[in-house]
Amino acid sequence: MSQDLLQVISESGKALKGKKPGLSADELVGMYRSMLQTRLLDERMINLQRQGRIGFYVPSTGEEAAQVGTAMAFEAQDWVYPSYRVPGLFLQRGVPIDKMVANCFGNEADLCLGRQMPVHYAFAEQHLVSISSPIGTHIIQAAGTAMAQKLKGDDGITAVMFGDGGTSSNDFHSGMNFAGVARAPCVFLCTNNQWAISVPQEKQTASETFAIKAAAYGMPGIRVDGNDVLAVYDATKKAAERARAGDGPTLLELLTYRRGPHSSSDDPTRYRGNQADSWMAKDPILRFRKYLENQDLWSEAQEAELQTELKAEINAAVKKGESAPQPSLETMFTDVFANVPPFLREQYEQLVRDEGTGHEPDPDAAFPL
Amino acid sequence: MPEITLVQAVNDALKEEMRADDDVVVLGEDVGVNGGVFRCTADLVDEFGEERVIDTPLSESGIIGAAIGMALYGLKPVPEIQFADFIWPAFDQITSEMAKMRYRSGGQFTCPMVVRTPYGGGIRGGHYHSQSPEAYFTHTSGLTVVVPSDPYDAKGLLKAAIRSPDPVIFLEPKRIYRAPKQDVPADDDYVVEIGKAAVRREGTDFTITCYGAMVEVAMKACALAAEKGWEGEVLDLRTLVPLDEQALIASVTKTGRLVTLQEAPKFSGYSSELSAIVAEKAIDVLEAPIRRVAGFDVPFPFTLEHVYMPHAERVLKAVEDVMTF
Repeated sequence: MSQDLLQVISESGKALKGKKPGLSADELVGMYRSMLQTRLLDERMINLQRQGRIGFYVPSTGEEAAQVGTAMAFEAQDWVYPSYRVPGLFLQRGVPIDKMVANCFGNEADLCLGRQMPVHYAFAEQHLVSISSPIGTHIIQAAGTAMAQKLKGDDGITAVMFGDGGTSSNDFHSGMNFAGVARAPCVFLCTNNQWAISVPQEKQTASETFAIKAAAYGMPGIRVDGNDVLAVYDATKKAAERARAGDGPTLLELLTYRRGPHSSSDDPTRYRGNQADSWMAKDPILRFRKYLENQDLWSEAQEAELQTELKAEINAAVKKGESAPQPSLETMFTDVFANVPPFLREQYEQLVRDEGTGHEPDPDAAFPL
Repeated sequence: MPEITLVQAVNDALKEEMRADDDVVVLGEDVGVNGGVFRCTADLVDEFGEERVIDTPLSESGIIGAAIGMALYGLKPVPEIQFADFIWPAFDQITSEMAKMRYRSGGQFTCPMVVRTPYGGGIRGGHYHSQSPEAYFTHTSGLTVVVPSDPYDAKGLLKAAIRSPDPVIFLEPKRIYRAPKQDVPADDDYVVEIGKAAVRREGTDFTITCYGAMVEVAMKACALAAEKGWEGEVLDLRTLVPLDEQALIASVTKTGRLVTLQEAPKFSGYSSELSAIVAEKAIDVLEAPIRRVAGFDVPFPFTLEHVYMPHAERVLKAVEDVMTF
């Protein structure tokens, strides 16, 4: 196992010798669109958070290739367990942007009915499983879903995304171990952005790489340049094909860098100075844009047009999200069980009797982490 | 009707539900070839194969986490945790994931599954094979918690639990796994409804609430009380969440006196909730203070187990207290 990185395009946007993306021009441009959309959404949502219009956000600036390249490799019937830092995966997989924005406002149009913090999405239609905040818990669940797909003889596979910090969780171990033993059709995607809030990767593991951990579970581990969207796509596609063919799981380490804070509540200058600056030059969107321009698939004029279109779309989603009412009071008591049991109905009725139905949110409440 | 043990009742329920629905799968430590350390899953692997009766790696968090992933995908997993004392590594998966999935996803994702686990003392198992963890789960929103007290209920309640759209914690009282035998229907359609308590002994003077292996202790205590002329009513709760509150209030209203009985430690125990509900909703019918009989607030002891476990004479003392107040 070496520290070599799989690459398809060079850091200056040139196609590397003998490497072909295996994607049509429309697909390539579509991926670029999702990456740019992710970046613009990020900037807008952080601004909204700074203005106090949404409570919380998790930016992913600089990690767009790892999100969009992976999403492109999966089929509609596949299941994906996302982490909370992959909006590009949702967009590339066809989730309407206004539904994501609705989640950040926690309004009645949010499919999760405002029951979770922003960015804890769930989109059953796209087989994007509900996100929880504790790290790593979804890794073993993904292994279970892959075991179920194998048991039922279905064509679908399962993918799960987590960070470098996630590899330290006990459910990373159990997930890799269960999937390995069962030869389950699962793709483990470790986005190594080198930071778990303030803890750098060298304090997370003594392993030479994260990919090397795969060997202990009897599966291949591959290290990929996570800022090269075509390399991410290529490696994920091969891992997905391997899973679909019944050859078992794969672990990919997608090496990138968390350029922004962990979340809107985090100040990274407290623990890493201006280290992020060196990664600005390795921007995955600029790199892919240069590649597309080199292939005569993209131009200055197209860029300007797309930026205008995407910003207008985000503006419309924000306007819609901000004006929608908050979920009704009943939604606090529904979905705890399939049917509302008498003791919960009693609590709801008592609440309405004592306090009425008008409950405005506290404007001064802020999340500290 | 065949006469069977609680272990056989569990085994029959699993077999019947697995025959009726291909999506029902069993997974856990030693559940396959070995048939479970208590034999609850005996012979399942022969009939349903290793794909549906899965010997998993030794990880409780892994067993429950994988089962959640299966349930989300549409299977009906019935994971076994070998002893309830081993369930804590899976506590996060149970309370933060399985229990919350429907709620946090706005009903888009659900976890219909049954976590089976033997619990309770009286088998000389020491601290790590004897605990009663029900209160940790009854405190968690989103969990249905079921505790059968005999073979008839074990089979009927387990079948109902497997058919439930909600995740269920199914606590099996292992001390009475093999005795006494009881007539249990062999009919596929027979289930015992979740959320309904059963009056095991009718009485007019006091009520004992209980569940699991403590039902037998309550019955013995009532027999002793009857010798003193006091007729006790034994209310076997069967389902802890959702509680059959109507049955509880009705019984206490009838008798005017309440003794709660559990083998779990007393402080913040499930029976304390029963006491609070009665105090809030029916204090006017009480003719004596409520008495709680429970395990002590100590780790479960090995050698002194017989002292720790609530027994009929200890319950009788509480009955005397409420009757002579």
